[in-house]
Amino acid sequence: MDVTIQLKATLASALFASTALASSAFAADCPIKVGVLHSLSGTMAISETTLKDTMLMLVDAQNEKGGVLGCELEAVVVDPASDWPLFAEKARELLTVHDVDVIFGNWTSVSRKSVLPVIEELNGLLFYPVQYEGEESSKNVFYTGAAPNQQAIPATDYFLDELGVEKFALLGTDYVYPRTTNNILESYLKSKGIAEEDIFVNYTPFGHSDWSKIVADVVALGADGKKVGVISTINGDANIGFYKELAAAGISADDIPVVAFSVGEEELSGLDTTNLVGHLAAWNYFMSADTPENAAFIEQWHAFIGDEARVTNDPMEAHYIGFNMWVNAVTEAETTDVDAVREHMWGQEFPNLTGGTAVMGVNHHLSKPVLIGEIQEDGQFDIISETDPVPGDAWTDYLPESAVLKSDWKDLGCGMYNTETETCVQIKSNY
Amino acid sequence: MDMFKKNPSLPVFIAVLVIFTLAVTFLSEAYGAGAISTSFVKTLGKTLCLALVAIAMDLVWGYTGILSLGHFAFFGLGGYMIGMWLMYARTKIIVLESLANAPLPPTASEISDAIGTQIFGVVGSSEFPLVWYFAHSFWAQIALVVLVPGLLALVFGWLAFRSRVTGVYLSILTQAMTLALSLYLFQNDSGLRGNNGLSGLQNLPGVDGISQDYISIWFFWASAFALLLTYLIAAFIVSGKFGSVIRGIRDDEARVRFLGYSVEGFKLFVFTLTAVIAAIGGALYYPQAGIINPAEIAPIASIYLAVWVAIGGRGRIYGAVIGAAFVSLVSTWFTGGQAPDVNLGFYTIKWVDWWLVLLGLSFVLVTLFAPKGIGGLFDLISGRLSPNRHGVPLGPDKGSLREEEAEK
Amino acid sequence: MIGRLFSACLMLLTCALPVQAQERTIQDVLQEHRVEIETSSRKTIAPAIDAIASSGLPAAQTVLEKWQNKDMWQRKADGLFFYATPADGGTYTLFDFDSGETVGVFEKGDLDQLKPNSGIRAMIGAALVQFQLNDPDPVRRREALLAIQRDGEASHLAPLRAAIETETDPEIKQLKEVTERLLTISFDKDDAARVEAIESFRGSITLDARAALNPLLSTSLAYAPPEDANIAEHVHSRFDGRHMPEGVTRSEAVALLQKHGVLGAIPDEQSIHDALVAHMVNDQVGGIQRQDLGSPDARYKAYDALVAEGLVPARISEYDVSETLAYSPLALVYDERSKAVTDAAKVTLSSISRAVAFNQFLDLSLDGLSLASIYFLAAIGLAITFGVMGVINMAHGEFIMMGAYTGYVVQQIVPDYTVSILLAIPLAFAVTFAAGVAMERLIIRWLYNRPLETLLATFGVSIALQQIAKNIFGTQARPLTSPGWLDGALTFNDVVSISYIRIAIFVLALIFLGVFLFIMKKTRLGLETRAVTQNPRMAASMGINPDKVNMLTFGLGSGIAGVAGVAIGLYAKVTSELGQDYIVQSFMTVVVGGVGNIWGTLLGAGLIGFLQKGIEWFNPSNTLAAQTYMIIFIIIFIQFRPKGIIALKGRAAGD
Repeated sequence: MDVTIQLKATLASALFASTALASSAFAADCPIKVGVLHSLSGTMAISETTLKDTMLMLVDAQNEKGGVLGCELEAVVVDPASDWPLFAEKARELLTVHDVDVIFGNWTSVSRKSVLPVIEELNGLLFYPVQYEGEESSKNVFYTGAAPNQQAIPATDYFLDELGVEKFALLGTDYVYPRTTNNILESYLKSKGIAEEDIFVNYTPFGHSDWSKIVADVVALGADGKKVGVISTINGDANIGFYKELAAAGISADDIPVVAFSVGEEELSGLDTTNLVGHLAAWNYFMSADTPENAAFIEQWHAFIGDEARVTNDPMEAHYIGFNMWVNAVTEAETTDVDAVREHMWGQEFPNLTGGTAVMGVNHHLSKPVLIGEIQEDGQFDIISETDPVPGDAWTDYLPESAVLKSDWKDLGCGMYNTETETCVQIKSNY
Repeated sequence: MDMFKKNPSLPVFIAVLVIFTLAVTFLSEAYGAGAISTSFVKTLGKTLCLALVAIAMDLVWGYTGILSLGHFAFFGLGGYMIGMWLMYARTKIIVLESLANAPLPPTASEISDAIGTQIFGVVGSSEFPLVWYFAHSFWAQIALVVLVPGLLALVFGWLAFRSRVTGVYLSILTQAMTLALSLYLFQNDSGLRGNNGLSGLQNLPGVDGISQDYISIWFFWASAFALLLTYLIAAFIVSGKFGSVIRGIRDDEARVRFLGYSVEGFKLFVFTLTAVIAAIGGALYYPQAGIINPAEIAPIASIYLAVWVAIGGRGRIYGAVIGAAFVSLVSTWFTGGQAPDVNLGFYTIKWVDWWLVLLGLSFVLVTLFAPKGIGGLFDLISGRLSPNRHGVPLGPDKGSLREEEAEK
Repeated sequence: MIGRLFSACLMLLTCALPVQAQERTIQDVLQEHRVEIETSSRKTIAPAIDAIASSGLPAAQTVLEKWQNKDMWQRKADGLFFYATPADGGTYTLFDFDSGETVGVFEKGDLDQLKPNSGIRAMIGAALVQFQLNDPDPVRRREALLAIQRDGEASHLAPLRAAIETETDPEIKQLKEVTERLLTISFDKDDAARVEAIESFRGSITLDARAALNPLLSTSLAYAPPEDANIAEHVHSRFDGRHMPEGVTRSEAVALLQKHGVLGAIPDEQSIHDALVAHMVNDQVGGIQRQDLGSPDARYKAYDALVAEGLVPARISEYDVSETLAYSPLALVYDERSKAVTDAAKVTLSSISRAVAFNQFLDLSLDGLSLASIYFLAAIGLAITFGVMGVINMAHGEFIMMGAYTGYVVQQIVPDYTVSILLAIPLAFAVTFAAGVAMERLIIRWLYNRPLETLLATFGVSIALQQIAKNIFGTQARPLTSPGWLDGALTFNDVVSISYIRIAIFVLALIFLGVFLFIMKKTRLGLETRAVTQNPRMAASMGINPDKVNMLTFGLGSGIAGVAGVAIGLYAKVTSELGQDYIVQSFMTVVVGGVGNIWGTLLGAGLIGFLQKGIEWFNPSNTLAAQTYMIIFIIIFIQFRPKGIIALKGRAAGD
């Protein structure tokens, strides 16, 4: 029995030590701590590790420039291990034990929903860098990825207007982002006069690999003489099997174009793209963007990671913009206090890597241009369409319940304001 | 009492648990020095729940010899049942507040629609599925915490034991069950918000003014109390005649059957009881974790459960508790990034990368060289040695204890 | 469609204009439409393409072709268009369209590449048809026909008909004839010719035929259609107002009646709510206080009071709406005017749909067979280690993964895909054979007859191997590319096809079935293995070394898993989690089939593969559900046949 007691005693003393350290750090304001909450193990490590490295690179670069407010920046990296409850636990740890001033993190929507109550309870600040389904605007979160109207809707417009697609196959992985996005798209397509029977929806599990039946179903959609297009919200690895099957079935982008919202340079690096040339992806950033800022960013990234073959992608740009905006807001506010920084974030501007300027709106979403790229043989995208900057819309206009909602933290002080009843539905977020 | 006589570790365990609970309370931010952060109180509370479900696993595997690889399904179901009420009740408060300003007083169906939109808006729906029928009632959902997993275990166990599925086959079957359940819950159509699961569970309805510092310690107490109760129940069960019979089933099922015992009945009872214990553990765990989703009940979770028991030492109740607590706390420590890197000169071992390798290899080592697990250390202290049975297991069955594992 | 008509009209117009003057160059035409070309949007580009196509200039074809291939560039300085070929150091050599002469070498920064999107490229393709139909190059002629099939226009009909006679290549001639008939169906003015063309497609299941025929039968709902309308069916004659016939929604019918003034506005809950709010005076409406309006009945009462005052439209009951619907002269009318054409299309399509259904069944069976062979391949190694030796190896999936990564590594070293795959298969076998033997020696042999402990120990190995793979190869998916001759699919017709890579996997599965049977039945190792499994002590006393046999058997099972890994990596992906996806399925395949019998494993894989495809067929929009139901089916199946499909009997059953 003595052993257990000893064990617990050691644990408790280890605990004292760590908390004592933490509280002494709190007394001084330097260094300014930046929490990085990205999975480094588990299924999501595949995407999130890159973002952790991006953050470390950005923090290093800022420190070389002299830090912020005369303080060094210190990145605090934790590993939530692709385990959604662990995200909440680690977020609480970052905010209460490490006393970080800001958190950059999360990839999946479910991990964000897991973290939200903690961030809101402790009045933290989170920058979320990934394209997502919208329908949310938290006081404590800045969304630097695309909302549906910044990715899905323009891509669908492109299908309708430019490619003349009349019949849609919405293929997605079965989780919240594809579900919500497809709901919005279905409703949008109907408003554009596409009949319900011309929309085919299919959901597959994560990591699905047997695509023959689904690809055959999509081909069969063309039987009534309408041009078929695929809108893919297929996530991660599953794309590899999907594109391999597409290529094997000999479906060219001219017959049935596929536009993907979750396929970037990173995903294509696991594929031979010769048979996929011409299929599309919609993002706010492509590595092939031809600007001096982007060239510098890519060079910086290659130097940091020590591998010339590594690609850059859209969420990395989102972190790049988010981090720089935060640095500027802190500099303007002259404090890292969350409430003060938030006020200086509104209207904050920073140049995109693809040209133009991103602007942070009062609904905590960015205004960014939408790019559509065609897959090239070298695994890069050829940018064939670029829109004017589109302000991110927290609440979509194409679902009846959401159309009446708007978010304005500056004047209305509310992220979920019902414009019909003119009341704030709730200050905290839906989890 | 017989129970105490047969379990000399019982008073020690109770004492340790009480001291531990008091210590954490007086070091917590809510009621004491504030030396233990709220997030760590939550971790400790959750660890107690894991210890609780590990006891259930030990009863079913260590004592009855059924290697169930599906007990986390019951744990998760318990979490889902309580989560439904937590989400419903909290959302209802928000909805009523916001509808109070509406031009007309809301009708019952308007309220229910608004709650539905809030809860299911995330997954693109607004209708209440049938499974949420009792979600408005706290007591009904509490009853379901016990009833749903209990019933599932009863039906599944009855089917499996009746057709005499044993050993590895049963393990694979239970694994298939938990896989089917998690795949089912992954579907949005299942009505439990698919991959998103139920979230925001740490915010108890109606106690907005109270900080998580307090709520976390309350849940810690509840978990400690539940663990204590479970420990007593488990000790009671294994010390009586019932305990002898299930140990008999573990080591030599056929002989027990020939002695006239209803082996299936005993197995079914233990299987169902442990499912209910696991469910209660889940109902306490997930409000502390804050979110439950189908990934929680993926097959791997249940395998980990078996590993905790193996590392702690199966066939002894405190072994399960120690195993669960030890592995999950060490795991937290390594993945938290606190563990110092080891610089080998040519390569730096980052524990975030290598921790799972270490864990995996330690399963192998424990199975091969220390079948008694950590619990075996106590035998060294108390000087109890294994009977010398010349390497023969206690019985012919696959689940029987190996001679090295058996207590005197 | 409108766009197409518009462009067709424009084309006619521009053709009608006298070709202006020979001195006009193609550059002039391009400059006239400079804005449209720069905008590069399908919505506005039509005039530009038509102008180029109908300019009558010899360079028109070159311009269109270069433009389509993204080889047309614009000089920033003066806005002139050229085609370009890349020269050294990021520069481009420009060529003049009209003369074909070199203009000079320019920096990329001084130029803008024109990137028509695939919508515009299709339009360019359609415009090129007139030039390409009689092109001496058969590839171009084929391309032109493809462009017509993709984006046919009425104006293509005449040139296509003219081009059939002169065609020399019999294959292309046939393609031209089919294309001509398809165009006839859609665009010919003569109904008799169309009917003839329609009937010629009876029983044909090509996608193009269906694509041409189906639009003929599109209908729309009409209120009291005129006498001469081509009526598909009279709606009111066959529905009672509650159940609508197929293809018509109730709200659509109601909206049509409202448009014709037969039905008035139908107030729903929301409009009642809004009306009450709008007519609220002093917190009171229709004689009811605001706070009492929290129930539907009270709201109806208040609303009816407003109706009585004549302020709002009356409520209409569902029953009344249904009655009105049932007695209204509603009909589904074909958009196609000619009854002869729709009748012929109907008959032809019904014959086609039977053929399609049959072929879809064939296709599904092929898919099922393919999935079954993948499961079989993944499970065959397990059938040896678990089925024959009774060892639960949770790291089996990781052996599959190791095989796949071996394939990846070999491809990094040997760039030729064919050679690398041929090299990777034996190498993957060797690597996993060694890993299997090592694991057997170090871990499993201490735990024979302790399957539950084996399970835990090998699970430990499994998570360790997975993490090591992540540490070495990173978390990214790695490419494992199949050789060129495995690209594409074996296509029987437009419905039935299967990719070559799947056929290769099927063949590989057959080969390994053969190898397994050969080893077990014909070799000394097989004999010894069977002996050791059935009775180790007896086998040992006969001079067989059980240790060695167990080691080799386990190595064999693991080695086959490695080869399966190469195959699975080729058709899916290579990640550290690859094995996890197959482990539970593989165990179930072996258990369902019956342990200890390779034919059982084969049947198990077949059952699971076909079942999964079958369930997907019934519920095409949710693949996840198919997997769930399949597992539930397996659970129930094992309840009734706990020993699997083929249960060993007697002494071989062990137990």
